[in-house]
Amino acid sequence: MSHIGSYEERYKSFNWKQSEEELEYGKNGMYNIGYYCSDRVCEKGNGKKLGLIWEGFTGEVKKYTYDDIRVYSNTIAKYLQDKGVNVGDRVCLFMDKVPELYIGFIGVLKMGGITQPLFSAFGEEALFTRLDDAKTKAIMIQKKHLPKVRRIKDKLPDLTKIIVIDADEAATPQINEIHFWMEKAPKLDKFDIVRVGPEVPSVIHYTSGTTGKPKGAQHAHSSIIAQYITSKWVLDLQSDDIYWCTADPGWVTGTSYGIIGPWALGVTQVVLDAGFGAEKWYAFMQKYKVSMWYSAPTAIRLLMKEGIEAVKKYDLSSLRHLASVGEPLNAEAVVWSEKAFGKMFHDSYWQTETGAIMITNYPGMKIKPGSMGKPFPGITATVLNTKTYEPITTAGMVGLIALKPGWPSMMRSYWNNKTTYDSKFKNGWYICGDRASIDSEGYFWFVGRDDDVINTAGHLVGPFEIESALLEHKAVAESAAVGKPDPVNMEVVKAFIALKPGFEPSGDMELDIMNFIRKKLSPLAMPQEIEFVPSLPKTRSGKIMRRLLRAKEWGEEIGDTSTLEND
Amino acid sequence: MSEDIKKMIIDYVKKEYLEEDSGVDVNENTKLISSGIVDSFSMVSLKMFLEKKFLVKIPDDKATPEAFDSVNNIMNLLKEFTKI
Repeated sequence: MSHIGSYEERYKSFNWKQSEEELEYGKNGMYNIGYYCSDRVCEKGNGKKLGLIWEGFTGEVKKYTYDDIRVYSNTIAKYLQDKGVNVGDRVCLFMDKVPELYIGFIGVLKMGGITQPLFSAFGEEALFTRLDDAKTKAIMIQKKHLPKVRRIKDKLPDLTKIIVIDADEAATPQINEIHFWMEKAPKLDKFDIVRVGPEVPSVIHYTSGTTGKPKGAQHAHSSIIAQYITSKWVLDLQSDDIYWCTADPGWVTGTSYGIIGPWALGVTQVVLDAGFGAEKWYAFMQKYKVSMWYSAPTAIRLLMKEGIEAVKKYDLSSLRHLASVGEPLNAEAVVWSEKAFGKMFHDSYWQTETGAIMITNYPGMKIKPGSMGKPFPGITATVLNTKTYEPITTAGMVGLIALKPGWPSMMRSYWNNKTTYDSKFKNGWYICGDRASIDSEGYFWFVGRDDDVINTAGHLVGPFEIESALLEHKAVAESAAVGKPDPVNMEVVKAFIALKPGFEPSGDMELDIMNFIRKKLSPLAMPQEIEFVPSLPKTRSGKIMRRLLRAKEWGEEIGDTSTLEND
Repeated sequence: MSEDIKKMIIDYVKKEYLEEDSGVDVNENTKLISSGIVDSFSMVSLKMFLEKKFLVKIPDDKATPEAFDSVNNIMNLLKEFTKI
């Protein structure tokens, strides 16, 4: 029996208080997420239960009980305090999916710091932009990523604590670097968890927009109220589940549902710190008897490419429930998953700013393959007319996905950018930036983005950030980055580039520019294709008409070109 | 000859996908994709490097994570399309 039971009944009678009561949120003045994900689980008698089983790419395995998580996070919290990290300071977590990332996240929260997880594949410029914006004081980092920080730290005066979690014992720390080994540090059984209020910032996740620099979506401790109940009702996490969330905590899914939700529920989760490989994934799930699997459409489509034969070599009978997030899950993938695993993937829709699942397919509910599903209980969702911002009442008509503000995990602002935050609201609705329609049975159907942001493998990449970085390449005169359709990743980055005089288009030039962006920003931002052009289409005021280039890639109508220069 | 090619690929991987002082060693058996040294997005640039260096076109359905998972695997892939 699923936790949610009847969706309709839950939707009618729902109140967020239900989640607060189950969590005993606020009891004894405690609102800190760190407490609910470690100490509280132990107080409920689950200290000896495994909270994390970690496997590295070499096959090395580490296991942590909830009591281990409690004690190690205490140790990290105290260490940070002793090093001068204060309540409200931003602490970046810049690591692969190692145990210190997951437990460090809890440790930072326990001492009242604001966690700032960043994807470890970010290049130095992407890293600099985000650390500079947040005025980050400390960073926890693996030695393999340290060179990136060393190259930019002189430009980051606030970054005074660079904590290397796996340094060689004989290594000499450079200025502002300190060495810390979680499992060798004196274990701290008791730590006075900082009594933050429910509205105090907990996490900053950076996300990209069409213009300007990436924005830090700032969440509060009370987000756990939504993350807990959605983990329970959508992911249907049960006490005996072995749960695998394939997302990296550098992105919001990896923290909301890779740390907070499952640990607040006291569930055992497994983590594979390795690159993608279909059979590697199946072997991993077989080995640990994974029962609930939360993954992404891109990964599912990569698995589809390997065929059902690969699945059938493994015993995956432990799988009980499957869910997906990141970009729309196409109907073929849903149908394939039923053939391959005997279960359908349940698509879920939400974003960095919403902090928790908003629209989704529920266990037990009829799935319409390709649909986003229905709003979570407590969430009022609609689609709005693009001009009037009034809800559309005609079934099947496309509009802007909008949510009525007020759910617990909603971002409280963009860090240092209230103006952009305010611009996300129209007519009393939060505008997600995506387009969809609603059918006569209330199911939402995703159509696409309402802006130029590129959704590649479920991650949003801002064209402005790529174009700015491209201009730093010695050969690039001007550029435009757009999303291009891709059968696996939904979209990939394509760059149109006009070269400076004296430079000629060539295959070597293309590769050089691709690698330049990959190292500066991230592999996600790297153009998968470059088209060299003599010049870019511009408006008469000189603005590059990105929309025109994008329409060409998607085979769409070009639309109004009356402002086009030289047309 | 084949040893020279392996070295060329290893040198490229080290130069493009690893930090200079990362301390990570790469040899012909080192796992590239499953270790995370080269992620699935970056595979595109590695594929392009191989295609340009060896004047071949590797079909997308052959460019799998497994086929790129070590320099030895890449050598086997290249042998399908060239006379190396």
